[in-house]
Amino acid sequence: MKQHDIQLDRDGKLRHFLTIEGLKKQMLLDILDNAENFSSVGNRQVKKVPLLRGKTIANLFFEPSTRTRTTFELAAKRLSADVLNININTSATTKGESLLDMLHNLEAMQVDMFVVRHNTSGAAHFIAQHVAPHISVINAGDGSHAHPTQAMLDMFTIRRHKQDFTGLTVAIVGDIMHSRVARSQIHALNTLGVPEVRVIGPQTIIPNEAAQLGVHVYHDMHQGLQNADVVIMLRLQRERMEGALLPSEHEYFHMYGLTEEKLKLAKPDAIVMHPGPINRGVEIESTVADGPQSVILEQVTHGISVRMAAMSMALGRSSLAEVQD
Amino acid sequence: MTERPQNEDLDTPSLLDKLSSDLANLLQSRNIENPLMIGIHSGGAWVANKLHKKLNIKQPLGTLNITFYRDDFTRIGMHPQVEPSNLPFNVDDQHIVLVDDVLHTGRTIRAALNEIFDYGRPASVILAVLVERDCRELPISADIAATRIELSPGQHIKLNRDENNHDLLTLSIEAGK
Repeated sequence: MKQHDIQLDRDGKLRHFLTIEGLKKQMLLDILDNAENFSSVGNRQVKKVPLLRGKTIANLFFEPSTRTRTTFELAAKRLSADVLNININTSATTKGESLLDMLHNLEAMQVDMFVVRHNTSGAAHFIAQHVAPHISVINAGDGSHAHPTQAMLDMFTIRRHKQDFTGLTVAIVGDIMHSRVARSQIHALNTLGVPEVRVIGPQTIIPNEAAQLGVHVYHDMHQGLQNADVVIMLRLQRERMEGALLPSEHEYFHMYGLTEEKLKLAKPDAIVMHPGPINRGVEIESTVADGPQSVILEQVTHGISVRMAAMSMALGRSSLAEVQD
Repeated sequence: MTERPQNEDLDTPSLLDKLSSDLANLLQSRNIENPLMIGIHSGGAWVANKLHKKLNIKQPLGTLNITFYRDDFTRIGMHPQVEPSNLPFNVDDQHIVLVDDVLHTGRTIRAALNEIFDYGRPASVILAVLVERDCRELPISADIAATRIELSPGQHIKLNRDENNHDLLTLSIEAGK
């Protein structure tokens, strides 16, 4: 499919990072290995390397976000790039400027990379199709389609704790249907060779095609958590309640909320993950979120390293030097 | 300096001994008692590992991976490296011995110095290399070099480590690619 090819340059290097789908295992491992190298930068006296000095990165956030935007911003700054944060709700589009006009204006300001979050699936892909040849696009979440850097920071966190992907059972719990995070995680877990990926949730929010992605579907959380090595909780988007897809928050917590009691069904050394922001008492109990098996805050730290890796891979390509010469 | 024939292994154990004794003399003449040693990944780290043992340096050995400080990054791109930089000590006000296998253009040393200064402000930095070859592009020279050589066009010099015996290092002059 064309959508997958657009991510790579003619040498097969990462040019845009839009989705995990279609990327080879080695590419994902390269991202993880590069991120591993960048992880030490945060512990230095000077938390900065000069790799992307002189590059300009624009964060285009059409949808509100704190964690993702700030970790992209920190990642760019730790690489010494200059960062523009453009909050689109209050910017030009409200004055009637089209998206493409805005992009061309930013291109005229010699921006080298767009980091895009948008509530429409395919938005980052659309932008990638229309930018000048030297510009890279990173998808920071598009609709219910993909959130590749989130998935890779989750893979990074899993690898830090479990080393090898090929013996793991990973359970993803919650609103799979509307979750770009879950979709990207499933593709990444499959590509990295995780043999058992489970999705757990009520029938109404697990898409019918889930089984085609090679996952095992459970509607009973007690069964789904049995012997899991990794438990990934998804945020319950409260607006979904209105569509009558879900019962009350209270009932949801009762059936699919992660409690200390339910966590005991997983392996004793299982880790608990959550992409944030967490709804305490809705999808996860506070004592679990703050407990010894939780790696939720580590995920945030790793998000910076993984985003540094994706940005530097996309902006450091030999084919790019030719475009610029 | 002498012209060398093609494809030749140098007597690397002797060069390592010479580097070690020359470095010991220099440290003594400068009254440096507890230097920190840093090897540049990967060949420099191998040489540093040898020197660290020979000179019986008490502080742990540091290694630098200068990938993030290269000046040709946008041309060559990222290469996932297995080993990141590891400086298990505070460099502030310390005397540092920076070790590399071959000093060639000087660009690696420029990158390494920049990286060290992102960790702190050392009292001094001594550059010790196994070989100093021709074709410098920056105003950088070694304080100590076990040997200095001039290569013909197309030749290059490389430090190899035996896969089965990591103690066995061999410097080879090879014909161009």
